[in-house]
Order: sequence, then C-alpha cells, then structure tokens
Amino acid sequence: MEFLVATAIGALTAVGIYLTLRQRTFPVVIGISLLTYAVNVFLFTSGRLLPDAPAVLRDGVDVYADPLPQALVLTAIVISFAMTAVVVIMSLGSFLSNGEDRVDAAADTPPPVRKPSEERS
Amino acid sequence: MSHWIIAPVLLPAMLAAILILTARHDMLLQRVLSLAGTLALLVVAVGLFWQAADDTITVYLLGGWQAPFGIVMVADRLATLMVLITAILAPLVLLYAVGTGWDARGRHFHPLYQFQLMGIMGAFLTGDAFNLFVFFEVLLIASYGLIAHAGGKERLRASTQYVMYNLLGSTLFLFALGTLYATTGTLNLADLAVRVAALDPADSAGIRVAAVLLLMVFAVKAALLPLHFWLPGSYAAAPGPVAALFAVMTKVGAYCIIRFYTLVFPPDLSLTQGLFDTWLMPAALLTLAMGMIGVLGSQRIDRLVAFSVIGSMGMLLSAVAVFTPQGIAAALYYAIHSTFAAAALFLLVDVLRDRRGTVGAWLQDAMPVAGGAVVAGIFFAAAIAMTGLPPLSGFIGKLLILDAARDSALVWWVWGTVLTGSLIAVVGFGRAGSQVFWRAHQVAGDVDLQPQGQVRDRRTAPTALPLWVVGSLLALLVALTVLAGPVNRLLAATAAQLFAPQAYVAAVLTLPGKDFEGEVVPTTDNVVPDAAPPAGANQRLGADDEEE
Repeated sequence: MEFLVATAIGALTAVGIYLTLRQRTFPVVIGISLLTYAVNVFLFTSGRLLPDAPAVLRDGVDVYADPLPQALVLTAIVISFAMTAVVVIMSLGSFLSNGEDRVDAAADTPPPVRKPSEERS
Repeated sequence: MSHWIIAPVLLPAMLAAILILTARHDMLLQRVLSLAGTLALLVVAVGLFWQAADDTITVYLLGGWQAPFGIVMVADRLATLMVLITAILAPLVLLYAVGTGWDARGRHFHPLYQFQLMGIMGAFLTGDAFNLFVFFEVLLIASYGLIAHAGGKERLRASTQYVMYNLLGSTLFLFALGTLYATTGTLNLADLAVRVAALDPADSAGIRVAAVLLLMVFAVKAALLPLHFWLPGSYAAAPGPVAALFAVMTKVGAYCIIRFYTLVFPPDLSLTQGLFDTWLMPAALLTLAMGMIGVLGSQRIDRLVAFSVIGSMGMLLSAVAVFTPQGIAAALYYAIHSTFAAAALFLLVDVLRDRRGTVGAWLQDAMPVAGGAVVAGIFFAAAIAMTGLPPLSGFIGKLLILDAARDSALVWWVWGTVLTGSLIAVVGFGRAGSQVFWRAHQVAGDVDLQPQGQVRDRRTAPTALPLWVVGSLLALLVALTVLAGPVNRLLAATAAQLFAPQAYVAAVLTLPGKDFEGEVVPTTDNVVPDAAPPAGANQRLGADDEEE
C-alpha cells in the first residue's frame, strides 16, 4: 500500500509540475489543482498508513489512526478548493480583459516618446 | 491568562465582517470604522509591546487546551515588535487610501484591508506551524483581492501571476508541514524545538528536507533570489496604498525565517548545519545585487521601487544569515527602517503616477508635476533613506549590518556586495529623480504651460493629505534615526531572547490547560524530552517502530 500511495503522490506531483510550467493559464490552473491533490494525499500519509484503524477514541480499541493529519487535510482541502475558484475567476478576468491567456504575456509598452522640441512648439 | 494577545487577530476579523455586513453601501461609515479599527489596533499593539518589553513571554491557549494539543498564540519581544510595526503602518496607509479616494475605486477595499491585517497579525503571533499556514492563507487571500482592487488590464494580468505563484508557494508550505509532522509528530513550534533537538542525527533525512522546504517557502514570501519573480510585476501593478501595505508582507517571510531558524532549527543544531552559510547567505547577497541592478535598469518608477524592496530584503537577510545575536538585531533594525521607507516610496510613486499625466510611471519626458518642489523634496528624502545614505536610518541600519558581518566567513563578500549595491542604487534613484523632476523643467522650457497633473487630476486640485502621510512616514524614519541608541538596545534584547529559546519553550509547554478529559492539569514534565510522551505521540512512535 505504501508503494501505491507513494506512486500516486509522485505521479500527481510530476504531472502538476509539468502543467504549471506551461505557458497558458488553463493548464497552469489544472497543474496547481493536481499539486494540491498530491499535497492533500501527502498530508494524509504523514500520520502513517494504518488500515482499518479508527481515528476516534473508543473503548476496546488499541490501534488508532492519527487523527491530526485528517484535520489538517480537511483545512487544506477547503483552502485549496476556494483558492482554485479564486484563480479560475482571476484568470478568466485577465483573459477577458487582455484577450489572451498567456501567463508570461508581455507587459504594456511605454507611451511613444515625445521629443522636447515637439512639446515646446 | 490575558486575552489581549488574541485582540490583534479578532479586532480586524470582526471589523471586516461588520463592514461587509452592515456598512457595505456607506463609504463614509466604512472609512470611519476602518480608521477607528486600525487606531484601536495600534493601541492594543503598543500595549502588547509594553507587556513583552520586560522579557515576559505571554502565551494564550485557544480554547484553553493544553499545549501542544491546542493551538497557542505567543507574544514575545519579536512577535510584538512586528505587530507594532504593522499597526503603525496600517492607519497611515489607510489614511492615504481614504485621502486619495483609492478605497472608492473598487468594491470592498476596507473589509479586505482588515482581513489582510488579521492575517499579518496572526502570522506574527501564532505559536503553531499549521496555524501559521492558515494565517498565511488569510493574508494571501485578502491580498489577492487588494492587488486586483480597481481592476484594469495590466493589474489583472499581474495579479493572476501573483495568485498562481503564491498558490504554488502554499502547496510547497503544505509539503513542508507534512514532512515536518511525519518526522516529529507535532506542529507546535515549542514542541518542535524540543523534538527536533532530540532527533537521532543518523535518521535525519526527513527533518533536513523539511528545514530546506520551509526555508524555500519563506524565501518565496521574502522575495529571495531565485524565488523573487512575483514581486516586481505585482507590486508595481498594485494600487499604491496596497503596495505600501505589502511592504510589511515581505517582512512576514523574514520574520518566519528568524523565528523558525532560531527556535526550531537553531544555528548550533548539527542536523541543519550549512543551511545558512552555504545557502542563505549567497542567496541573500545575490538578491541584494539583483535588486539594486534592477533599480538601475527599471524603465518605470514603480518597478524601480519594487526592485529596491528586493534589494532591501537581500540586505536584511544577509544580516539574518550571519545568525549571531548582533546580526539579528541589525536585521530587525533594518526591517523597521525598510518597511517605512518602502511604504513611503510606494505612496510617493502613486502620487507621481497620478500627477504625471499620460506618461504615468514611465521614466520619460513629461511636464513638471503639480507641487513639484515639495514632491521632489520628499522623493529625495525617501530615496536617501532607501539607498542608505546618511543622515537617515538606512545608513545606520547598513552600518549595523556591516558591523555584524565582521564575524562571518564571507565578510568581504558581504561588505563588497552591500557597498557596491548601495552605490548602484544611489545612481538608479538619482537617474529616476533627475528624469522625473529636473528633465521636466527642460521639457517645459520657457513656455508657461499648465502642469499636466492639474489638468488631469480628478475634478479637484491635488490635496495635501497624501503628502502629509508620506511625510509622516519619513518623520518615523527620522525618529528611528534619532532614537537609534534606545531602539538598538531594545533590539539587542530581542535578539538575546531569540537566542535563548528555552524560555519560549518553557512558557508554552508549562502553561496549564485542559487535557483530554477536559480537566486542567499543570504539567511540567513535557519540557523534558525523555519524560513519557503524551498518548497521541506514543501511538505515532509505535507506528514508527512497526515500519522499521
């Protein structure tokens, strides 16, 4: 099971990093979401993988799964979900007002230089 | 247990909710409430600072749960100092935003501003690593809204980049926290300090990865080379008052580096040897050089100031990387100075952008700005402060850093980079100033033209309030210069407290709180690593053994 989970995290991270290095906004957003999935699973495993173990204290149970990473993952999921929504809206706004969705679009150019002589006229 | 520590977090949070729920349509009410809130915050911050000034470390257990199971807030000298800096900056910048009408150009400026303050205050006061992440997110989410405030093509594009970069930073932070938790089984800073120190050096791969990942996360926040790319574009595109408030955000990164690497990974810890002298110091020096060269190379005055912020962060972190009490004290002095200097410059750039007509922030020929002499004088003083020329506090800060670096192995590199970098920055600021203020008179020539700013300025003549705000920021720098002696003694005491983390650890772990059964138990044996670990940790350590 360790191998399976570790491979899943690794694959998600690799694909996420590849996508965030793309030039257009949409793949980058997908890449960021994949990275957050990877980190959520990673956080979950940071409390060790214990199958069939309850996370809540109960009578007659000796082996518990660590409950803290589950709380951490919940927080991380909520935050990353909201942040994905924010980044989608912002990139949509940027795309609609700029007419292109390249992440590295050129900055605006300076206004044409006016010669001092023209100004004096 | 005093409840005042939670006030800097609660006050802006409640105020933001009240603003958005009840005062959404009444700009005047929003302004009054928001200003009153930041002033109240200042009073609370002064109180906390006063409380911590006699070396007491005040701990607040949220919900009364015993540390390390509950979340703690800790107010020591460093945290209260940073809270005080933010609380001084906040009303001034807010006053500027109100005075120039920036707050009315988009929606929800005041609630976002308050949430931003809540995040920054929380990040300074928290004693828990995961809670630090959450407060980072709060301040980032608010900053996403603020940076895109008032919209516009260029601003939206820059803020999209900013959001994406910081989302990646947050993901990295979570990876770091996961590694940290997997290795030590705790995320309470004081508890981490105890457990990291007790780790077996032979089995330390995880903790070393966590230490480097955390350093990278904070380097993103502090705009340290090569993770600085987000700063120039987004700070330049942000509305002036927002950029001025963000001057304290890079300091959050610096604060976290100082906090983590004095408390959790102290300099004498063998596990993380070489992290500072091998990695942090060269990165800081490269940041300094890059920032100052950027100042010289910028074509826009707002990018120029943004690059000077990067340069000042490099300067600050090169003092941190020495990792002696003297170095930390110098870095803190420079942090106070550069926060106010950068804020003053960003506000001034906003004034210039507004008054230079179509040319805006571009360093090109334009007609003289309205109120030229006063604006030019303020720019001159702010540039002197930022580049670290005498007589203002930048010079004293730089002297302290140079002095602190004398013990470092890289002393000549530090001296060379700091001094050459300052020279380049002086040339860069000189070029910008002469282009904006002197060249303008050449352009105008003898023709008696209306200065462009007055033609374009929104319906009214330029008001004096923005310049008063910038002036009072400069007055703070003058005060910092005049009071350099007492401030320095204070910062030396702060650094001394940081280098004796036992007091911090003891204060957090011995405060009695509720345990699992909800009973108040005064435990003192948590401090000793060999004493029986709490039940949750037992379980986790047991899981460790099974794997091996």
